[in-house]
Amino acid sequence: MAEGVKARVKAPKSAAAGESVVIKTLISHPMESGQRKDGNGNVIPRSIINRFTCEFNGQSVIDVDIAPAVSTNPYFEFEAVIPEAGDMKFTWYDDDGSVYEDVKSIAIG
Amino acid sequence: MNKASIRTMTAMAAALGIAAGAAIAGPDDELVINGEIRIVTRTEAPAHLEGVLDEIRSGWTFRTEETQALEMDDFENPGMVFVEEAMSVWDTAEGTAGKACADCHGTAEESMLGVKAVYPKWNETAGEVRTIEQMINECRTDRMGAQEWKYHGLDMTQMVALIASVSRGMPVNVAIDGPAAETWEKGKEIYYTRFGQLDLSCANCHEENYDNYIRADHLSQGQVNGFPTYRLKNAKLNALHDRFKGCIRDTRGVPFGIGSPEFVALELYVASRGNGLSVEGPSVRN
Repeated sequence: MAEGVKARVKAPKSAAAGESVVIKTLISHPMESGQRKDGNGNVIPRSIINRFTCEFNGQSVIDVDIAPAVSTNPYFEFEAVIPEAGDMKFTWYDDDGSVYEDVKSIAIG
Repeated sequence: MNKASIRTMTAMAAALGIAAGAAIAGPDDELVINGEIRIVTRTEAPAHLEGVLDEIRSGWTFRTEETQALEMDDFENPGMVFVEEAMSVWDTAEGTAGKACADCHGTAEESMLGVKAVYPKWNETAGEVRTIEQMINECRTDRMGAQEWKYHGLDMTQMVALIASVSRGMPVNVAIDGPAAETWEKGKEIYYTRFGQLDLSCANCHEENYDNYIRADHLSQGQVNGFPTYRLKNAKLNALHDRFKGCIRDTRGVPFGIGSPEFVALELYVASRGNGLSVEGPSVRN
């Protein structure tokens, strides 16, 4: 279990219908690649966030497969068109099976 | 001035219908964090630098637009992740006294406001100039009954970053007179002393050659108002004394010890060269 994992999302609270908004996400995570060895020469097991998704009212906005070369605290910034008021759900999947979630509500107006 | 900013200035002048050559600041001269904290990145040099420098500039003004942009929004500033981490440490009790920073100091936002701007500072009880790191460790050993933190370790550096972050926008104003004068003079001497096989003093690069390139590196004035800095090259927060050590190492000299009286003196002197710039830490540099 990775320690100190914390998800953060920055999204506008409201948007005009059909407007494209910028979404920023960051999750604190060591992203241990599985390539490194500890002081005794033992391989440090891989522990990364391997997938990140964003859904708006159940519809997929972005779905990212993440590989071991991605660095610590992965940051994603993308644009999304907001057709209607609703909830934007963010999900990060950890190698250890943990799932981290965050939800931001976006209103129209 | 670099080519990019000249281009941008020309574009701006054209867009605004201003005659070319009019004195307007390029967009890279303005640092506003989160749209509200205004940072002074260029200002008149303090009196003690008369005849040496006319204008002092934050290291931010020497970086590329992309790196500069990272500091304009706390969400994009990777250093702020460490500040958040330090906030939870601030509230966590530790040591035999069972105390957290918050038990004596309340919130960092209130109690630490302005602290980074005036440190290093003369400490009457200790009879010497002390850095924030030394004060934190004194708190830990004497009042919390906890173990000292390593001077430039992550625990320490992120706590210093938290303390710096609450004072962002306030002018650096370290005292160089009175009892601190002796330490300041010692720091000044170190600043102008050549070290290492390459026979370089701080001044050779950061006073005589700032804005020039040393191989691929764009030399800044070596201001420390932005420390601790998040450096893209090593993806972590960097403590000031660690940076001093790196600089002396690059002269192929033997650095002073981290937390040594020599580095404390140098920190006071270099900080005083930035009196008037805003506290900016944790800043983002390359």
